[in-house]
Amino acid sequence: MIPELGHFALALALALSLAQAVLPLWGAQRGDARLMAAGPGLALGVLIAVGSAFGALLWCFAVNDTSVSNVVQNSHSAKPMLYKLAGAWGNHEGSMVLWVLILALCGAAVSGFGRGLPGALRARVLAVLGMIGSGFLAFILATSNPFLRVWPPAADGQGLNPVLQDPGLAFHPPLLYLGYVGTAVTFAFAIAALIEGRVDAAWGRWVRPWALASWSFLTLGIALGSWWAYYELGWGGYWFWDPVENASLLPWLAGCALLHSAIVVEKREALKTWSVLLAILAFSMSLLGTFLVRSGVLNSVHAFANDPERGVFILALLVVTVGGAFALFAWRAPSLSPTGVFAPISREGALVLNNLLLCTIAAVVLAGTLYPMFADLMLKAKISVGPPFYQATVFPLAVPLILAMAAGPLMAWKRARPWPVLQRLWWAALAALVAVLVVWLVQGKPVLPALGFGAAIWLILGALTDVAERVALFSRPRAAFARARGLPRAAWGGAVAHAGFGISLLGMAGMGLATEKLAAVRVGESVALAGYEWRLDGVRDVVGPNWAGRRATVTVTRDGAPVTVLEPEKRNFPIARQATTEAAIHTTWASDLYAVMGEEENGTATLRLHHNPLAPWIWLGAAVMALGGGLSLSDRRARVGAPARRRAAGTVEA
Amino acid sequence: MSEARRSALSRRALVWAPLGLAAAGGLGFWAMLRGMRDGSYDPRGVPSALIGKAAPALSLPAVEGTGLPGFGPDALAAPGGPVLVNFWASWCVPCVVEHPQLVALQRRGVRILGINYKDKPADAAKFLTRYGNPFAALVADADGRAGIEYGLYGVPETYLLDGGGIVRWRWAGPMTPDTVSAELDVLLRRHA
Repeated sequence: MIPELGHFALALALALSLAQAVLPLWGAQRGDARLMAAGPGLALGVLIAVGSAFGALLWCFAVNDTSVSNVVQNSHSAKPMLYKLAGAWGNHEGSMVLWVLILALCGAAVSGFGRGLPGALRARVLAVLGMIGSGFLAFILATSNPFLRVWPPAADGQGLNPVLQDPGLAFHPPLLYLGYVGTAVTFAFAIAALIEGRVDAAWGRWVRPWALASWSFLTLGIALGSWWAYYELGWGGYWFWDPVENASLLPWLAGCALLHSAIVVEKREALKTWSVLLAILAFSMSLLGTFLVRSGVLNSVHAFANDPERGVFILALLVVTVGGAFALFAWRAPSLSPTGVFAPISREGALVLNNLLLCTIAAVVLAGTLYPMFADLMLKAKISVGPPFYQATVFPLAVPLILAMAAGPLMAWKRARPWPVLQRLWWAALAALVAVLVVWLVQGKPVLPALGFGAAIWLILGALTDVAERVALFSRPRAAFARARGLPRAAWGGAVAHAGFGISLLGMAGMGLATEKLAAVRVGESVALAGYEWRLDGVRDVVGPNWAGRRATVTVTRDGAPVTVLEPEKRNFPIARQATTEAAIHTTWASDLYAVMGEEENGTATLRLHHNPLAPWIWLGAAVMALGGGLSLSDRRARVGAPARRRAAGTVEA
Repeated sequence: MSEARRSALSRRALVWAPLGLAAAGGLGFWAMLRGMRDGSYDPRGVPSALIGKAAPALSLPAVEGTGLPGFGPDALAAPGGPVLVNFWASWCVPCVVEHPQLVALQRRGVRILGINYKDKPADAAKFLTRYGNPFAALVADADGRAGIEYGLYGVPETYLLDGGGIVRWRWAGPMTPDTVSAELDVLLRRHA
């Protein structure tokens, strides 16, 4: 009964979504206030319907209803409750329902927070969100029904992929989808602006919080995924330039460019066409990622189980959405006239540079991801694009980006002089140079980690300089604290996010200096690595709820003093017939001690030991970046948004 | 962005560019999906034209720094028993996924010849130190020519040769434990 109710709720949501797609738009075009006012109510209705469907799906997984095909394929009664629930969105069908649920939440949020929006703009935004929602709901109902019954019911489920049975991965998809769907809202704003034929400062202000929120969630989602790969896959790396990873990086890059160009729209009424294009691109990249991962056209270790039938449907959605948006763009964009004019060396100029570099990086990553597929199709050539390509192309682009990242926020709007900016940053440059030299001299050959340390120091000190300048810490230190309190949160957010990227870079540079060792050891023997003694104390059997395995005990000492005890495991999941390695990680501020257990043979166990300097800083930095996004989002200008009030509220920075 | 200065005409042409690019991409994806249905496009590899034929002869250098011997054309022409030829590279993530299966096969006494595809010797040596070495002999295909001879789909890719040097089986992509138990074990027994 519950699954049928869930199915019905999805159908109802589709009907309401279609109404949401048509009525408010029609009202806005004809100036009918009553039709426009239908938008918020319909958005709320869609949210309730999709919420009920998702609740029904969760219920099926929670009680392990084995008459539902999706539960049979992805769950098992022996699984812990958290993973039973996470199993609801850990598969293709369920994850699509979660996607639509988040879209419905965003729609309801636009109607809830958007009271200050001009009525016609809100109606058009809700209509576009309704169109996207209708497309995805139709997709779910036509090809991916999560409530499909099987008869006779199976005795028990077939178990979730054990690699995915992990808290990091349970929350990775929801965060990532929050980010993806956030780009749908900025997309809706862009389309609404194109229909209206008007982009102004107010539009920039309305789009920016959504761009910020979506970018922050994407940052967290990507970081969580990378952290999961780091500790669960046990390969000792954190980013592999896999097509699926790239698919999540592309909207992040486009979103990052958008949230910077939206500042220029808001402050200077320039870059309007460009920002609209970026908003469309960010959502296109999200959809492209969905298509690549779920249609099976690419060969990846991460991809969902897939079939071409679904691929055709997603491609149709992609073509209608992206093609329609670009056609509208080509038709209407020439009417969005730019008004602001500025010199190349200015805050706007720096933001344009940021945009160009971010978009170039996105283009390079996109080319690297799609090239093997198109080469296969057109030239029948089998090509793999690996990390060497990305290292050779992305790193040279990242260098000017990082250089400009610290200098940009110190520049004045409209027209800036380069000399005073350099004058304020000379100590950061000096410290960065010292860092490069010290690391280079101590570590020797690899030059990239040394450059990474320099770049990280440059960014962090640059962000500090930015804040110190704004509160006049050195020139008038007495009132600095008061000024710091008065500083707009957006200014704090920017500085914090830039520093967060610096912290991540610090971690990545540290990982460049990682050392590792593969050793076959008997119980009682020890291995020396990175100044630590790693002693194997024993190996024993362990049993979990739906797995059995072997656990090694490794005692790590430094100069005879105990540091930690690591317990890496090998787990066997009999139902899924799959084995996983559970890396044991001892995290300190300075480094990760990382141990993975391999095969056992004749009383010796194979251990792979890693010493990863500064590794945790990669994800700490990502959290700080997201925090910066959140701070910026809590700025009162993000809430007090009406264009009439703008001048009164937001002149602190200029 | 000298938007203001750009002539109106080129600006009008430029705004159509995204649509054109997207349309080209869409057509390509559609061709891929059609190809997947009729079998002309298969991201997970196509059956090799080599099956049932003698393996192409190769004379490639050994990989410096790994301490492993190389192998010449004889090793492929008449191996004297079943042998696996595995193309891999240190920069390829699926190779890491596949590696434990290779190590396990080698433990069971299966002879594996490695071809290190478009890789740096130092990186290859590092990879083998990190994940263990399953190869009886290893050669370097630095410019990818052996890959062309074999019609390589991508890395990793594995060929099974019988004792007479005839290609019996080909697997594009990483071999999983299921691949080994469901496909390879049967063939190994048949050609032993």
